[in-house]
Amino acid sequence: MADRVREPYAAPGQQREAAMMGMYIFLASETMLFSGLFLVALHLRLEHAPEVVAASRQMHYFIGAANTALLLTSSLLVALAVEAAREGRARPAVLATAILLGLGFLALKAVEYRMEYAEGILPLPGAVTEFSSPARHAFMNLYLIATALHAVHLSIGLGLLATLAVRLLRGTLPLPERSIVMVNAGLYWHLVDVIWIFLYPVFYLAR
Amino acid sequence: MTLQERPDRENLADTGLSETPAERVSYLRAGHTLKSWLLTTDHKRIAILYLISITFFFFVGGAAAALVRLDLLTPAGDLLSNEGYNRAFTLHGVIMVWFFLIPSIPNTFGNFLLPLMIGARDLAFPRLNLLSWYIFMLAGLLTLAVLILGGVDTGWTFYTPLSSMFAHGQVVLAATAVFVAGFSSILTGLNFIVTVHKLRCPGMTWGRLPLFVWSIYATSLILVLATPVLSITLALIAAERLFGLGVFDPAVGGDPLLYQHLFWFYSHPAVYIMVLPALGVVSELVAAAARKPIFGYAFVAGSSMAIAVLGFFVWGHHMFVSGQSMYASAVFSFLSIAVAIPSGVKVYNWTATLYKGHISLDPPFLFAMAFIGLFVVGGLTGLILAMLAVDVHVHDTYFVVAHFHYIMVGGAVSAFFGALHFWWPKMFGRRYSLVWGRLSALLIFLGFNLTFFPQFLLGYLGMPRRYHVYPPEFQVLHVLSSAGAGILGLAYLMPFAYLFYALRYGPPAGDNPWGVTGLEWQTRSPPPKHNFDAVPVVDGPPYDYHVEMEGDEDG
Ligand code: HEM
Ligand SMILES: [Cu+2]
Repeated sequence: MADRVREPYAAPGQQREAAMMGMYIFLASETMLFSGLFLVALHLRLEHAPEVVAASRQMHYFIGAANTALLLTSSLLVALAVEAAREGRARPAVLATAILLGLGFLALKAVEYRMEYAEGILPLPGAVTEFSSPARHAFMNLYLIATALHAVHLSIGLGLLATLAVRLLRGTLPLPERSIVMVNAGLYWHLVDVIWIFLYPVFYLAR
Repeated sequence: MTLQERPDRENLADTGLSETPAERVSYLRAGHTLKSWLLTTDHKRIAILYLISITFFFFVGGAAAALVRLDLLTPAGDLLSNEGYNRAFTLHGVIMVWFFLIPSIPNTFGNFLLPLMIGARDLAFPRLNLLSWYIFMLAGLLTLAVLILGGVDTGWTFYTPLSSMFAHGQVVLAATAVFVAGFSSILTGLNFIVTVHKLRCPGMTWGRLPLFVWSIYATSLILVLATPVLSITLALIAAERLFGLGVFDPAVGGDPLLYQHLFWFYSHPAVYIMVLPALGVVSELVAAAARKPIFGYAFVAGSSMAIAVLGFFVWGHHMFVSGQSMYASAVFSFLSIAVAIPSGVKVYNWTATLYKGHISLDPPFLFAMAFIGLFVVGGLTGLILAMLAVDVHVHDTYFVVAHFHYIMVGGAVSAFFGALHFWWPKMFGRRYSLVWGRLSALLIFLGFNLTFFPQFLLGYLGMPRRYHVYPPEFQVLHVLSSAGAGILGLAYLMPFAYLFYALRYGPPAGDNPWGVTGLEWQTRSPPPKHNFDAVPVVDGPPYDYHVEMEGDEDG
């Protein structure tokens, strides 16, 4: 059934284009979601420049850099898997490596949170924290919210990729006919990546 | 696993459908079980599901309004406690905005008509459409939970630091409800945009789209781009209340004003979510009533887009007295006044369309007339409010309350009823009593004005909004307003009587009871499950009515 042209459509090409357009609109919506957070960050930075600079000096920017590298590499792998799918070749191993890199990101992030927690700058509920200025506290609040929201998106992306990897392994995803599913999951993954590319300088390099 | 082209393009008789005889008769006959409704992916059935749900919320919100108006009958706050009054108007606002007005026209008539009007068999993503209804219902249940667990008292605007630090009540639950409803909005908007782009039938070019489709398209852009900003803003409030992660909290260097900026960045465009579909409906009703092509089609379509775009840049007019920069206020004031241009274009073009038309005074047209009158009053008072110097005096008074009710209730709700009366025969295949229809249009118009006109005067005289104890000299106007609300409430109930009666006893409507153009009128009433027996082909402009010229035989 899944490979047939479904109800409102007349042709497979039309159905594919619609699916892709739907994904792009969804991503535009996601971008607006995060843009609210970036606006808050900008506001903080403009209102309390010295405190924000001091706060971002405290961040473990090398962990952030490593994470950036992980995500970029995994995006590359996903792009390769998608290209292969378009040509009708299933590449579950490539996809699985991308997933591992994504898990690596989450693991590194957890390590980083732990370090910040130990330093008393991660405002988790109930944590003992110590900030040299109020704005620093707001900055870390925003950091925690933004990175946590990003991690949630990343986990959803991992779920998507994992489902696809399983389907590729089992051969239940007809390629190249249904490669659009791969394309859309890939687009989502790239967006998660792009959001990080903006989060990283805003929180780690804003000095 | 072959891919097949469906239907065969060369063979026009091949509809590419596998349908049962019952589905061929009408979408209403295609299954009578509860399951056939709750698991349907038919846009027409989903529209009916929405119609039932939002009607329910309309009455819940209306009950809260009744409490507010009853309490305001006397200068003392004797019916409700202070807390209770705050909860009543908050619940009224939250329900009416997010659970009635925002989904009202798009999710019912947009859902039902969009595919029919552009000659498609369904929306682009039928299952997503159903999902969006379930998300909406989940959000609705959360709101009802808020109501049962004691309510919220922050006002529909959830201003910080009240909402984040001081309010008791179910702020987080209410914010969650609105947050969840937002996903429903986003998915619906996404579905509409893709449908308009990808599923227009042969010959249905952008320049031939019905104006209702244009307005739904413009609305969808706002739904998709503005709603997520509200979502993140509400999430930030929840983070502050639940986990102490304040970013609006001045104690940690946050800024409560930033909340207002984010909130109005969504909520001003959101007022256009509520009114643009209404403008689209009225364009349809006016053309149908005048039996003439819409005057200046391109301008009316373009003004919808202009309103949608400009609407993103005027939010600061809600913050003139908040302490934002004076220069920002001046710019926002100027931009807000600019919004009046596309709005004016519409009103002038409707008037020009009616000029020398063969106007029939049927209920849909009466509702359209009511809309135009009330929209003009609401829009002009919007201009008054947009003048920086004036707004400093009337901000947060009943003048503002009257302004937005003229547009949101007088305008959008009248258009909703107009749409209901115009497309009811198409949706259910039955005619209703025109006499009762005219009567209810008239009563709604009169009741509305009696309710809200006194509020302009009250606001001008200095009655602040959101207070239930007031100086005795305001009582006369408040009593008038409450009396009007009583009439309005009854008038809103009337259509239910004769429309339901028509469902059973009304005479069959025929395909095109109003004798108008538009693809939705070329299929049966009620339409078959797949909308059209054969995919239609469009070969002429929209609203292609015959116009008599000087020297015509019968002119
Ligand atoms: C067309 C549909 C419109 C709708 C649905 C609408 C709705 C609203 C709502 C809900 C509010 C009050 C918000 C609150 O404080 O709770 C409001 C306030 C306001 N509106 Fe409108 N409005 C519309 C059009 C306009 C236009 C065209 C203008 C100006 C050209 C305008 C100018 C204003 C101003 C300046 C305020 C703020 C007044 C104050 O709080 O002091 N509105 N409107
Ligand atoms: Cu506004």
